[in-house]
Amino acid sequence: MNQEAKAGEPKPPVINNSMRFRTEEAFPVLKSHFGDAVRSLSDTRPDRHILVRPGFLPEICKFLRDDPDWQCNMLHCVTGLDQAETLAVVYHLFSMPKRHFVVLKTEVLRDSPMVPTLAHIWPSADWLERETFDLFGIVFEGHPDLRRILLPDEWIGHPLRKDYEMPTHEKLRELGL
Amino acid sequence: MTGVGEEAMDVDLKSLGFRVEERRTLASGSDELLINMGPQHPSTHGVLRLLLRTDGEEIQEAVPFMGYLHRCAEKIGENVPYDTYTPYTDRLDYLSSMNNNWAWAMTVEKLAGIEVPQRAEYIRVIVAELNRIASHLVMVGTYGLDLGAFTPFLLTFREREEILDILEEISGGRLCYGYIRIGGVTDDITPTFATKCRAFLRQYVSKLDAINELLSYNRIFIRRTANVGPLSAEKAIACGCTGPILRASGVDWDLRRDEPYSIYDKFDWNVCVGKGEKGQLGDTWDRYMVRVREMYECVKICEQALEGIPEGPFRAKVPRNFKPPAGECYFRAENPRGELAFYVVSDGSKRPVRVKVRGPSFCNLSVVQELSRNMLVSDFVAVVGSFDLVMGEVDR
Amino acid sequence: MGLLENKFNDNVIVTSVDAVFNWARQSSLWPMSFGLACCAIEMMCTGASRYDLERFGAGVFRPSPRQADLMIVAGTVTYKMASRLKQLYDLMPEPRWVMAMGSCAIGGGPYYKHGYSVVKGVDLYVPVDIYIPGCPPHPETLLAGLLELQEKVRQDRILRKKVSA
Repeated sequence: MNQEAKAGEPKPPVINNSMRFRTEEAFPVLKSHFGDAVRSLSDTRPDRHILVRPGFLPEICKFLRDDPDWQCNMLHCVTGLDQAETLAVVYHLFSMPKRHFVVLKTEVLRDSPMVPTLAHIWPSADWLERETFDLFGIVFEGHPDLRRILLPDEWIGHPLRKDYEMPTHEKLRELGL
Repeated sequence: MTGVGEEAMDVDLKSLGFRVEERRTLASGSDELLINMGPQHPSTHGVLRLLLRTDGEEIQEAVPFMGYLHRCAEKIGENVPYDTYTPYTDRLDYLSSMNNNWAWAMTVEKLAGIEVPQRAEYIRVIVAELNRIASHLVMVGTYGLDLGAFTPFLLTFREREEILDILEEISGGRLCYGYIRIGGVTDDITPTFATKCRAFLRQYVSKLDAINELLSYNRIFIRRTANVGPLSAEKAIACGCTGPILRASGVDWDLRRDEPYSIYDKFDWNVCVGKGEKGQLGDTWDRYMVRVREMYECVKICEQALEGIPEGPFRAKVPRNFKPPAGECYFRAENPRGELAFYVVSDGSKRPVRVKVRGPSFCNLSVVQELSRNMLVSDFVAVVGSFDLVMGEVDR
Repeated sequence: MGLLENKFNDNVIVTSVDAVFNWARQSSLWPMSFGLACCAIEMMCTGASRYDLERFGAGVFRPSPRQADLMIVAGTVTYKMASRLKQLYDLMPEPRWVMAMGSCAIGGGPYYKHGYSVVKGVDLYVPVDIYIPGCPPHPETLLAGLLELQEKVRQDRILRKKVSA
């Protein structure tokens, strides 16, 4: 149960939801295995995430997939994030046998956003990473087929970055759309 | 295109609307053909484009191209307040708007810690299950249409209209409702709602039996779907498939039972899993039949929920200028097509910083490319239809 | 013995070419099944049991543009789709008509402000005859639009072209 008792309120709200996040428990385990590659555990609410260095991401993910305690056999979601100075990628790993989620996050520089791909660990990463590349311009190194997926190939820019400007109709017609 | 130079071939392909890069998939000097299917094609259910590389009638490879309905739902999510985003969620998976509204409402409720009144929870379950039936009815009808049976289409759409009437009575919309809001539902149910629901559910099961007799156990239908495109459980999980596709492959997994949200733990019903009765486990017939069986279960849930609606408020107090606390939150719900998930990042202002929609159809579709190898073109239509794609959700 | 048999023997009907052609055209508008988004579902409902588009002679949905007279643009048109839409429109034989169904096809609808990839109205690419408002329009609204279009077809001139254009 993910709920938070607010100070001063007599009764905390009852939210019926049995999604289980084990990110906090995963943090010390990953820290002991990978040391400095695992940077920190966030204090965000209601969900927390583990910040990891991008270079070690495939190893950490492989560990979480194969370790009998974690068995994260499904990559549920890949999300790009624009955090002004940096871009980030958030991974939601789900384990169907263990019924838990682990949330990983990795940050990269805005000018050279390079993250190693996870497509060889989970096939579902293939399209999710292509989508993140399309909308954020984050390059996934080693991805088998990194092309735009939602926008036309002629499109310029990555629209979910915060500094993206809405293109005009005339400008798009010039691109041949 | 034998005996044509590569450059001439490129010109040909360009004039046919292909891109030159796509030619690379063609082995030179063979009898392979590139066939373009879509984005405007009657059996892709929307604007999906598939590029088939065929050898005779056999498909070597089918590459999906999408984005023809990319409506910028995530960008809009960053630019509108939380409750204003509800109507946009309607239009993600437009066949199951109630379920989308609900998933979004529950995400924000989890983020802000809003407790929903019990009456609202019951109403939500009823409308969402009714919408699930309506959504599966469209699938059954159009799937029959894909395989050449026209009558089931007319029958299922007639039944669907009955559901739409009930939902229109309480929400005012026929397709996009915007009925489930953050904190509860927009309006209380009408006095005649429960009576109408019961009347519909009572006669509905026999109608479903008739559809079963007409289509599901039809010999021609079984011949066209059984043993076609079997999907193994391992592959389904690895590719991120969820919902009926996953269950058809024999995985006993339904969020409403295994990770119960709202009040689903109060009802007595069964999860429908594919058993491979007519052929291999996880074949097209299983994928179709899981949905038909789910409709019977929806009726069970609806009937139980109708008995239990308590008195009380239908909406929690949510301030007009709603600002959730800063934080991030991931939430998923079982939609008719699979697990719809929202990831929201909030900075404490009235607009989210980031909204990510994890559409189930998007992940389900990614398995089509693998499945299509060495399949006949006519079987391929049956496989794509059985995935029940809604492009609004794939492209978002 | 049919009901109409031997009823119309030895009759002469005097009419104009315009009236005959327009009557024939308006009563057999064959739409192309050009469903793009949410509105396509309402278009399917209009063609299905309860609303039955066939009553007005417009229920023969053709998958091929070569056999269609009417393009019902049902849904959001994106820039990726727009060139294909134009291509399909060009493939349709004359005379042809276009209906913009739903607010997205009319002018971008709810996606007008932040929808970077949404075309702000299908009339930027093809000429539109009838606009059907709604998000999505009720099937009855689509039927009303169809009746309006039939009215428009009826007023068409075939032999004597209109002076101004």
